[in-house]
Amino acid sequence: MAKDIPDPIAPEKLIEEVLSAYPAKAAKKRAKHLGVAEPVPEGETEIVSKCDTVKSNVKSVPGVMTIRGCAYAGSKGVVWGPVKDMVHISHGPVGCGHYSWSQRRNYYTGTTGVDSFVTFQFTTDFQEKDIVFGGDKKLEKTIDEINTLFPLAKGISVQSECPIGLIGDDIEAVARKKKKDIGKTIVPVRCEGFRGVSQSLGHHIANDCIRDWVLDGEGSEYEATPYDVNIIGDYNIGGDAWSSRILLEEIGLNVVGSWSGDATLAEMENAPKAKLNLIHCYRSMNYICRHMEEKHGVPWMEYNFFGPSQIAASLRAIAAKFDKTIQDKAEAVIAKYQPLVDEILAKYKPRLEGKKVMLYVGGLRPRHVVTAYDDLGMEIAGTGYEFAHGDDYKRTGEHIKEGTLIYDDVTGYELEKFIETIRPDLVGSGIKEKYPTQKMGIPFRQMHSWDYSGPYHGYDGFAIFARDMDLAINNPIWGMFDAPWKKSA
Amino acid sequence: MPQSADKVLDHNKLFHEPEYQDMLKAKRAKYENAPTAPQVTEILDWTKSWDYREKNLAREALVINPAKACQPLGAVFAAAGFEGTMSFVHGSQGCVAYYRSHLSRHFKEPSSAVSSSMTEDAAVFGGLVNMVDGLANTYALYSPKMIAVSTTCMAEVIGDDLNSFIIQAKEKGSVPEDYDVPFAHTPAFVGSHVDGYDNMIKGILGHFWKDATRKETDSINIIPGFDGYAVGNIRELNRMLREMGVTYTLLSDVSDVYDTPSDGTFRMYDGGTKLEDAKAAVNAKATLSMQEYNTKRTLELCEKAGQETAAFHYPMGVQGTDEFLMKVSDLSGKAIPDSLTLERGRLVDAMADSQAYLHGKTYAIYGDPDFVYAMARFVMETGGEPTHCLATNGSKEWKAQMEELLASSPFGANAQVWAGKDLWHLRSILATEPTDLLIGNSYGKYLERDLGIPLIRLTFPIFDRHHHHRFPTWGYQGGLNVLVKLLDTVFDKLDTDTGKLGETDISFDLTR
Repeated sequence: MAKDIPDPIAPEKLIEEVLSAYPAKAAKKRAKHLGVAEPVPEGETEIVSKCDTVKSNVKSVPGVMTIRGCAYAGSKGVVWGPVKDMVHISHGPVGCGHYSWSQRRNYYTGTTGVDSFVTFQFTTDFQEKDIVFGGDKKLEKTIDEINTLFPLAKGISVQSECPIGLIGDDIEAVARKKKKDIGKTIVPVRCEGFRGVSQSLGHHIANDCIRDWVLDGEGSEYEATPYDVNIIGDYNIGGDAWSSRILLEEIGLNVVGSWSGDATLAEMENAPKAKLNLIHCYRSMNYICRHMEEKHGVPWMEYNFFGPSQIAASLRAIAAKFDKTIQDKAEAVIAKYQPLVDEILAKYKPRLEGKKVMLYVGGLRPRHVVTAYDDLGMEIAGTGYEFAHGDDYKRTGEHIKEGTLIYDDVTGYELEKFIETIRPDLVGSGIKEKYPTQKMGIPFRQMHSWDYSGPYHGYDGFAIFARDMDLAINNPIWGMFDAPWKKSA
Repeated sequence: MPQSADKVLDHNKLFHEPEYQDMLKAKRAKYENAPTAPQVTEILDWTKSWDYREKNLAREALVINPAKACQPLGAVFAAAGFEGTMSFVHGSQGCVAYYRSHLSRHFKEPSSAVSSSMTEDAAVFGGLVNMVDGLANTYALYSPKMIAVSTTCMAEVIGDDLNSFIIQAKEKGSVPEDYDVPFAHTPAFVGSHVDGYDNMIKGILGHFWKDATRKETDSINIIPGFDGYAVGNIRELNRMLREMGVTYTLLSDVSDVYDTPSDGTFRMYDGGTKLEDAKAAVNAKATLSMQEYNTKRTLELCEKAGQETAAFHYPMGVQGTDEFLMKVSDLSGKAIPDSLTLERGRLVDAMADSQAYLHGKTYAIYGDPDFVYAMARFVMETGGEPTHCLATNGSKEWKAQMEELLASSPFGANAQVWAGKDLWHLRSILATEPTDLLIGNSYGKYLERDLGIPLIRLTFPIFDRHHHHRFPTWGYQGGLNVLVKLLDTVFDKLDTDTGKLGETDISFDLTR
């Protein structure tokens, strides 16, 4: 690595230094989003401790290079996009659908263009006249054309881009009318990018639309059992939902719905018939779980399939909701995979132990993957969320150690300074952060897309996770940054 | 259990193991309410029929897999080519995350830009406060030499006035009074990324030239245009012009900022057109555009300033490069040196050596208007036929230019031009009238999969192959790179088609 390792600097001091670069108004705002995990106050349980004092889910400061996206990204990109047998229209100008086209690797099976449409970009490609005269007529025609050209599509969602809400279009009226016309589910989603402060409101709006426009659907026939569960909040990135599903099935459960990775409309409609909702990404889908609990009486629980300790703990916790057969099977499954876990740890732990990691991701990962790194003997030096709420930070406390740097809605400037100063052995964040970090000579893995690898969930995924962290950190290229004739004496 | 620490299987292999295959089959059978296999086959066959093609081409509202992006992407790209310049995109913040991701995925490089992060309150009251605070923050944090402001469609729909906002921000002290904050309105619902490029270059030049008194020099301005191969192409352009000894200024040079070294330092800014050079560019005797459709409005500005202008269509191949060099020679009075004549001879030599493998090959070509023009022309120089030429962001004027080009060669006789059509149209077109080869970008891989036509990735964006953009496609050297890509694809296909032991390998020839 090109730069000498600097003397360790106290995180509080580092935050102070970073804030000093801002104009006063911005510094005041940003100060509330940066913090250091504190000791647990006496009498408190860990779960409400450490980092829930960091302010979150408020507007980003203009001009600072926030890493966040928008509500459309949260709805089309995250929640709806993976539903494979529906056509998702990016309603508005061409860009939003273009940049999000095929970028999240929400894996699915099916015949693309015939019964599955995930890696498509459908758009109404708004022109000036649509802004001036409104786009409702165009939307109607668009829906007709979809119905003609894609007869096996089970439904259509309308993902609103910024102009829709500004020009006063009535997409709900269009949806109701066209539903009558073509007899298919049509979901109008008001996820204009200016709504809310990040992707997060898009998740919420998308959840509400599932509640209002999908859950009363007919569903389809399937053989119900007392062991029916849904996977909620797993987008099957690189196949995550599949390497999770295989474990749940092995312990004797039937996954009747997969939300929304590799999902079909029928799976979503059938979900309220299940006995238990298992939620992985709490942030993006807790809303619909709460709804199904209230309206349909389906309980829900969080789980974590990153890394063997949490996988085993989660399998046991899930099994505890069922009878002894399931509990016995869960123990058998944990035992079955233990040799694989031992092999993985024997191979990779010596290569990774003690390495320092900094994370900056979205959803559940800034806390959920921490324990997978723990399993490999790696340490978290800093972590933060793009679009968390207070309840996410509450849930983070138990997973991190005192002194960990916490950054909410971090800016490009802050993250660069934090990385430069702490000089971790690995950074896990997104595509926008990847190349700046690597230029500094620090190994990097994209932790949204698994850097085009995966799955990382489940036991099968843990092997890939360990392999990928090793190949990132222990590649010889990091030692070649300095030209030999330029090396300092 | 398929997984082992010894041989870790990732998604490429894991899900093809029997445990997963069985699981996925059961999921489909039990819970997905999926159509039956015969239904799927029936519709799949129908999507490749003439009947489907007619219905597909009759679409009036729905756009599917368009080969175009929106204006601000082009504006961010254009601004990145100026020294120390930060793009500031006024409007919703998600857009900026998208542009940055898109450019990073293609160039495998950092891409920096900021947003004014407008939300619902700004939608009601306008984004002035966001501009005032945002400029101050950007200026303080990232110390740019210039901040180039463009807009997302949100700011355009609510009608924010950049000129007035920037003046007010300066009055409020966000940035110094004399600090350069050029701007361009870049509505996403007008044109495409190439228009955004145009508007931003025009905004920057307009900003620097507005009060200038022009003193004509011998210098020539060259505007490269939006180009995924900009890194390789701009360097090749520089090399040719240096060999000629021409005095010139590139207006927007992204070749360094999108190709920074790994040496321990992250360079947010690197290289680019010096601001004083952009200022002085008003004095040039002429401005040349490498891509006509990227610079329509900019060239009008140059003409108004009193400059001669000329526009090319992404000069590539023999004649494209000839024309460009002759024009430069003509304007600069510098002869085309023997070294470039020699390079030309080498490209022609290579094309002659390989002509038997390219003569008569048919192509579908899609991309931005200027690229498609250049590519079709080069294909015809090799004796190939550009059977289908498609630009989603191509206009009627472009179509007419294309038809004129195609009419100029017998190899264009069977060609069809598809202006404003998208890649789902192209799927129908190629399913009914297939070609030997397909030229486009990474999105073309879906057509390659569906129709079995080999894809050659020669235009933006290329996400799934690395580093091609570091090698030029312009000039005679670039022509050689393009030629080799065409040939490699043809030879690989020949080897694949003749590659099964004991079955198809009669013509599995060692020498071709």
